Amino acid sequence: MTSMPGQPVTAVVQRIEIQKLRQADNLILGFSIGGGIDQDPGQNPFSKDKTDKGIYVTRITPEGPAHEAGLRMGDKILQVNGWDMTMMTHDQARKRLTKKNEDVVRLLVTRKSLEEAVKQSMGSGPRQEHCGTPSNHKLMH
Amino acid sequence: MDNESQYSGYSYKSSHSRSSRKHRDRRDRHRSKSRDSSSRGDKSVTIQTPGEPLLDAESTRGDDRDDNWGETTTVVTGTSEHSISNEDLTRVTKELEESTPLECKRFVGPALGGCLSFFALVTPLAFLILPQVLWRDALEPCGTPCEGLYVSLAFKLLVLLISSWALFLRPPRATLPRFFVFRCLLMVLVFLFVASYWLFYGVRVLEPRERDYRGIVEYAASLVDALLFIQYLALVLLEVRHLQPAFCLKVVRSTDGASKFYNVGHLSIQRAAVWVLDRYYNDFSVYNPALLNLPKSILSKKMTGFKVYSLDENTTNNSTGQSRAMIAAAARRRDNSHNEFYYEEAEMDRRVRKRKARLVVAVEEAFTHIKRLHEDEVASSPKHPKEVMDPREAAQAIFAPMARAMQKYLRTTRQQAFHSMESILTHLQFCITHNMTPKAFLERYLSPGPTMQYQQPNGRGRQWTLVSEEPVTSALRQGLVFSLRRLDFSLVVTVTPLPFLRLGEEFIDPKSHKFVMRLQSETSV
Repeated sequence: MTSMPGQPVTAVVQRIEIQKLRQADNLILGFSIGGGIDQDPGQNPFSKDKTDKGIYVTRITPEGPAHEAGLRMGDKILQVNGWDMTMMTHDQARKRLTKKNEDVVRLLVTRKSLEEAVKQSMGSGPRQEHCGTPSNHKLMH
Repeated sequence: MDNESQYSGYSYKSSHSRSSRKHRDRRDRHRSKSRDSSSRGDKSVTIQTPGEPLLDAESTRGDDRDDNWGETTTVVTGTSEHSISNEDLTRVTKELEESTPLECKRFVGPALGGCLSFFALVTPLAFLILPQVLWRDALEPCGTPCEGLYVSLAFKLLVLLISSWALFLRPPRATLPRFFVFRCLLMVLVFLFVASYWLFYGVRVLEPRERDYRGIVEYAASLVDALLFIQYLALVLLEVRHLQPAFCLKVVRSTDGASKFYNVGHLSIQRAAVWVLDRYYNDFSVYNPALLNLPKSILSKKMTGFKVYSLDENTTNNSTGQSRAMIAAAARRRDNSHNEFYYEEAEMDRRVRKRKARLVVAVEEAFTHIKRLHEDEVASSPKHPKEVMDPREAAQAIFAPMARAMQKYLRTTRQQAFHSMESILTHLQFCITHNMTPKAFLERYLSPGPTMQYQQPNGRGRQWTLVSEEPVTSALRQGLVFSLRRLDFSLVVTVTPLPFLRLGEEFIDPKSHKFVMRLQSETSV
């Protein structure tokens, strides 16, 4: 996923649907994000390419809604409810995730293990496609 | 026969009878012991063809063979003054053939210029004096304005005299192969000038015996003014014009590749050559012909050739084909000479460093034997009489323990042709006189100094030949190449113009230096 701005990004993504949990007056998702185009990409421990300014999941509350939905630490969030997350400031990303009128967020995330899984499965047998398996997704910028 | 032996590096031991081979082996073993250590590693024996002289012009080839060679020869020390080593002989002969007879041609140009300038300086005075001498009674008296003119004339002549002395009265540094264009131009100009003034004077003043003395004095003053302007022109053309750098000269010595870059102004080729040679003597390390060759043990291996037999019937154009085939075959053969070169060089470095260490220690120890006697220490006790020596004796006293180490070091670094025992002693005496440390004494020997250091000041000068495809009075321009040749090496000079610089400006507001911390925030959603 090393790319220059303006170049199409190809990634193996997973669709994750998180139901927001109501806690007192807030709707929480149960994870923390880091990164953004206004942040320092060199300090991101999860990114493969240290110039990647995307939004990454840095912490997951165990037994939270995100964890149950399948989100893992180190995932890069590419889309939230259809909105692109690869060229967002940190604050804009936070706002997109915490919209008060949305109960559900549908994320497209990618992680390293997905690529390897696809390679293995492509090498072994015919492709199998069902809900939850990683699928190739092409994002244009 | 294919198994014929070739007298080369390798196959000396050919397929002859076994008994003779045994004898040959024994002889070879004895012989190889006296060769240098580098060939002991080989399995073959290199045979020195007897046609080569034992000691060539620089007498350094002998040291290729064996460092222990110096042990068994007699050393020229201060005591044995009647024997002269081979090195001294060759050096003396080289000096003799180098020195040319003192050329009087060198002084023709300056002498001519001197005469002309003397003539030019005397002319105004002559203009003033002649009417007074010849027709004094008929002259109109000329009061204060003339005296004012006299004063100004006197001072201008004084200035002209002093500046001529300062600028032009110098011994010439070089003889150029062609005329020095600017100098010739100026001399012609001065000559024409003065001649025309004299012509005018002769026709208009001397003949009709002009009575207006003030006019004559003004005329003489105008001549002096004009001479001052010509001198200004000479200053600009000869001294100032070439000061602003315009070209970059790359000077490369042809034998060992030592190179330097210089910036010069607008000069003609011959003047640029003189300029380069001035700097050559200071900047380039001295040319040492003994340092140039690859060791023979490496080069000789390459000479074993293949014999190429052509099986074709037509032998018309096979010469180039043969040589090409031989070269290709030689290249394809596994060539280890680079390996040997590497090890030989490493071995040489190690040897030089070892000798240098011994030399430094010996010199340091030797210097501790001497100390300077101050005036207040003159009174010495009768029990320990101190022998008071002058610098020469002191140098001789401490030279003996370090002589051997010095000689071995010089031989290893192939510098022994440049330093005789006498010169080392003189240098030691010099260092002692000026309170130098051993390190200062050694700096002359540890690194090869510039050529200037080894010049003996004789009036004969050095002969250089300027080789150029363009006429040597033409100006420098891009892409010009000329070379300065001496007997055994040459300096190749390439001219490139200096780049034109486009300098831009960028203003930075001192208040614009601001910084922020790099962000790495984490928010939980």
